[in-house]
Amino acid sequence: MSDTSPKPEATPDVAPIAALIDPMPAAPPRSQWLDVWDQFRRHKGAMAGAVVLILIILLVFVGPWFWPYEASHIDIRSRNQGPSWAHPMGTDQLGRDMLARLMAGGQTSVSVGITAMLLALFLGSLVGVLAGYFRRLDGLLMRLTDLFLALPLLPLMLVMVLLFRDKLNGAFGPETGIFILIVVAIGVTSWMPTARIVRGDVLALKEQEFVLAARSIGTTNLRMILRHVLPNVLSPIMVSATLGIANAIITESALSFLGLGFPPDFPTWGRLLFDATDYLQQHPERVFWPGLAISLTVLSANYLGDGLRDALDPRIRGR
Amino acid sequence: MKLKTLALCAVAGVAFATAAAAERASDGEVKIIYWQAPSILNPYLSSGTKDIESASLVIEPLGRYGPDGALIPYLAEEIPTVENGGVSADLKSITWKLKSGLVWSDGSAVTSADVKFTADYCMNPDGGCAQAAKFEGVTSVDIVDDLTVKVSFSEPKPNPYGPFMGGQSPIIQMAQFENCTGAKAPECTDENFGPIGTGPFVVTEFRPNDVITMAANPNYRDPAKPAFATLTFKGGGDAAAAGRSVLETGEFDYAWNLQLAPEVIDKMVEGGKGQAIAAFGSLVERIEMNMTDPSSSLPEGERSTAKHPHPILSDMRVRKALSMAIDRDLLVEIGYGKAGRPTCNLVPAPAIYASDNTDCLTQDIEGAKALLDEAGWKVGSDGVREKDGMKFKLLYQTSTNAVRQDFQALIKQWWSEIGVETELRNISASVYFGGDPGSPDTFQKFYADVEMYANNFDGTDPESYLAQHTCEKAPKPESQWQGENINRYCDPEYDALVKELSATGSLEKRGEISRKLNDMLTKDSYVVVPLVDRGRVSAHANSLGGVVLNTWDSELWNAADWYRIK
Amino acid sequence: MLTFTIRRLVIAIPTLLFISLAIFLLLELAPGDPMAQVPLTVPPEVKAKMREALGLGEPVYIRFFKWIIQFFWVEPQVLIDNLLGTGFADGKLRILSWQTRSPVMDIVAQRLPQTLTVVGLSYVLGVLLAMPIGIYSAYRQYSFFDQIGTFISMVGYSVPTFFTGVLLIVIFSVTLGWFPSIYDTMHQVNDWDSLVIQIKQMIMPVSVLALYNAAQISRFMRASMLDNLNQDYVRTARAKGLSEKVVVLIHVLRNSMIPVVTVIALGVPQVFGGAIITEQVFKVNGLGHLLIGAIEANDLPMVQTLTFIFAVLIVLFNLIADVLYSLLDPRIRYE
Repeated sequence: MSDTSPKPEATPDVAPIAALIDPMPAAPPRSQWLDVWDQFRRHKGAMAGAVVLILIILLVFVGPWFWPYEASHIDIRSRNQGPSWAHPMGTDQLGRDMLARLMAGGQTSVSVGITAMLLALFLGSLVGVLAGYFRRLDGLLMRLTDLFLALPLLPLMLVMVLLFRDKLNGAFGPETGIFILIVVAIGVTSWMPTARIVRGDVLALKEQEFVLAARSIGTTNLRMILRHVLPNVLSPIMVSATLGIANAIITESALSFLGLGFPPDFPTWGRLLFDATDYLQQHPERVFWPGLAISLTVLSANYLGDGLRDALDPRIRGR
Repeated sequence: MKLKTLALCAVAGVAFATAAAAERASDGEVKIIYWQAPSILNPYLSSGTKDIESASLVIEPLGRYGPDGALIPYLAEEIPTVENGGVSADLKSITWKLKSGLVWSDGSAVTSADVKFTADYCMNPDGGCAQAAKFEGVTSVDIVDDLTVKVSFSEPKPNPYGPFMGGQSPIIQMAQFENCTGAKAPECTDENFGPIGTGPFVVTEFRPNDVITMAANPNYRDPAKPAFATLTFKGGGDAAAAGRSVLETGEFDYAWNLQLAPEVIDKMVEGGKGQAIAAFGSLVERIEMNMTDPSSSLPEGERSTAKHPHPILSDMRVRKALSMAIDRDLLVEIGYGKAGRPTCNLVPAPAIYASDNTDCLTQDIEGAKALLDEAGWKVGSDGVREKDGMKFKLLYQTSTNAVRQDFQALIKQWWSEIGVETELRNISASVYFGGDPGSPDTFQKFYADVEMYANNFDGTDPESYLAQHTCEKAPKPESQWQGENINRYCDPEYDALVKELSATGSLEKRGEISRKLNDMLTKDSYVVVPLVDRGRVSAHANSLGGVVLNTWDSELWNAADWYRIK
Repeated sequence: MLTFTIRRLVIAIPTLLFISLAIFLLLELAPGDPMAQVPLTVPPEVKAKMREALGLGEPVYIRFFKWIIQFFWVEPQVLIDNLLGTGFADGKLRILSWQTRSPVMDIVAQRLPQTLTVVGLSYVLGVLLAMPIGIYSAYRQYSFFDQIGTFISMVGYSVPTFFTGVLLIVIFSVTLGWFPSIYDTMHQVNDWDSLVIQIKQMIMPVSVLALYNAAQISRFMRASMLDNLNQDYVRTARAKGLSEKVVVLIHVLRNSMIPVVTVIALGVPQVFGGAIITEQVFKVNGLGHLLIGAIEANDLPMVQTLTFIFAVLIVLFNLIADVLYSLLDPRIRYE
């Protein structure tokens, strides 16, 4: 990092004669997104993160097709077993196969985690940018943020369940209905930190020279936000995204314990971890796997976010 | 009274002898942990078990129920009965006589005025007394002399031991609570947090929902007791942590109600610091069948009401088949271990009231299938039974609790074997057991087909418990969904029999009627499907002697006898 | 700046009144019943009487109005009485908890020390750890230190405290026997030995929480530093010949502090909110334990009062953050 002067590009050794010929672009001009992809591809951490994340998603969504046991199938004779060839992660107190449960739990946890995080991120960035950019909206939106920060989470969730569960169940069927409810519940209760952070950055950003320059050439507000403001607040957003996934996975499990979430025979990583905590001494492997799964997902999302941020930063790109 | 006090390890029966020789306050400190923290030490303002049991160390009733369910005099000279003349022949009054020479912890004398005051305190209509049911039917409490009170009832009371009996109804000091009656009751914080009592300990500091410290009562009636000089009562956390602190780390001496999977407790006991003890009472985990239609397609106000009988569960054969498919032995093994036993009865004890019904104990999947076939439910192409175009699909709800969720999963599997599809739902206990008429998820509202919970009765008489299933006690919109007849069972014959029970004095006859009522709800109709007779498991340190687990009264009923094994 | 602060403080009053109304209505609407923990053996008629005695029979607006009076008029008087020994509040009805029937504020005062020592200390530790880790990780991006830091903070953040807490207890209390598994809230520190006991019982809860806080804050610190390290002004500063230390720790750090200040300001009210799960696991019984217990028991006066105190802190600390923004970056002006 101490060397901040741009490194010489890996210029191809051009033959002296070639230098005289007018350079003919071999390919059509590269789009910005291709550059981003190139940069992203070269980011080792990001690639590793992406691969692991895709592997996890494949494992939890495709894995169950190839695995003989069902997550909710009880085989009472083989309960509390340690790892074996038949049950590589052992079985739980009712003889359910832990690997099958981990995969089934992953489906819920990963989809809830990512969707709820995206929703919270969208709401948070929207409110944050609007509040930071438009002075007139700042007061109102930030007081709204204060209000949401102050509302107690559990009663709020209870009210949402009370008001919307039956309607959503009627409209989308029980599983999709609950999924929508949980994602929305987590989304609308966790956007506030992102909003405050983004707003703080935008406040500082909009006083910088380049914004003034862009404004002086008549850039519209929408274009200004999309082109100049958002890319520059991307890194806190990316951090919020990674932390948001972890948050959403844990919050989902907290909701399930309260009976606000999925039906009790629906495994999720958070619930598997919670249920296994009592058995920590007898069967440590039962806490290990769901704990590892959550950490691995968050970790890979974090590296992915890091790479994405680096790739989208024009100053770093091409370094 | 047949009641098995089951000690997992040796009970210190021998050690009693050494205890007698001990001196008051010679054994240092004893530490108790309850994973629910006491909020108040006045049982008349809160009926939570945690509050009643912590208060039982300080204030005492005239008599308690012993570990075998027998009545034991505490502040009373003896338990009044018809035989000894304490209870009038027409069963309309009971006369209690206090032990002479009793003093409060502040040194003043305990008199019959205190007893009468206690009744007035609870019967004050503005006080919102949590134990008002204990004083139901009391017309007057009269002071006969300094040590004698007479309680009169409006109607004959075959069971006159409501007032002043058991941990729920201790005597409070008139001098202390005089200005705290009626609407002023909740404002007397100091009094409610530090009642003056006759029990073995006095409160030194009370931190609500956290910790209580107590010291030996210098004026306790037995000069050699209690053996401990101080007592710490910590609350909060969860059952696993409480068990760990007694059985594994040895930080505490006594942990209450370890609702944990049996193998978790077994592992903790291996820690070697203490032992788990179990005893049975009247608590029964059961499945309740909804006799009315909870379908969400019905208009609000008609769901789960007598207007619409349940389309599937109204058929007795169906209910019986659902019960037959359940393997209760396995449920016990997985959920409760030594602290549970399979049962088919709503009233499992005391023996005189417990029916001999054991029909349900063996699982019979084939029989259940045959019964459903007979009832016209044919297996459809997807393996789920159907009849007249209707699928056999049930919503099965219960409160959030690890053992209950295991039970749900197991029962769902058995029911799927007989072609019944089950949707499971778990609800936070604070909503489920709350009576909020606005919530769709309360157990009274019962917007589900079947539901599971546990219930018991105070003391040893099941009359009011069995009377919960009369027609008019069904929760309905007009009564703000309050009511105890959860399954909306309605049988005029049952109601008549309940009425007969309330007018019967002979114990023999009462037992007979109670058993009949129990059978009507269980094996004759399968409206209530009992699963497990749930015992209580608590744990105490190896060095704590004198512990006798009692499920009929406060668990700390004999804390005066506890001592340190040296 | 001063006018801005004053103006915001004035606006805070209607905001807070509105928030208190919103909380009140939310709690009113939420399903639940203060009688939920009463055993099923208590008949419904008795429960109905008990509800009435709690004042639940009165209409919503009267109860809200009563609460406002008690919170803004009676409770401050009680505070003055306690400080000065006066008798303003004598005979006036304070906010009473439904669970304990005692004044809510007394219990809050009783719980505050535990929460401030355990949760507050862990937050301070978390911030103190997070800043250098975040700065150094950004400065040496993708170095071994950065990778390890990322790994630990991500695992620390994503593994929930209900598990890490129990894990620590099993290792350090059960197996090794070093620390008590149950926090003694009555413990008094008055000499060296009692201080050692206090430290012993604080180590586990504080480290669980500090790890969690440090993980979060260090990520934001790192990201923000990374953003600024590549800016032109950094190059200028270096070109001017400023030392690396000055460049990084003065110029870059100051400009990177805005998101970090936001995150820290968001976290401070939560310190007073207590750490619900950690307090539960270690039996610290602070404000978090009080709040969750009150929610479970539907103790509305308690929940309302606690949440409102948090709301006041949230509004206050967000204001402080806004003031700090303009100190960190004088270009930020609020009219």
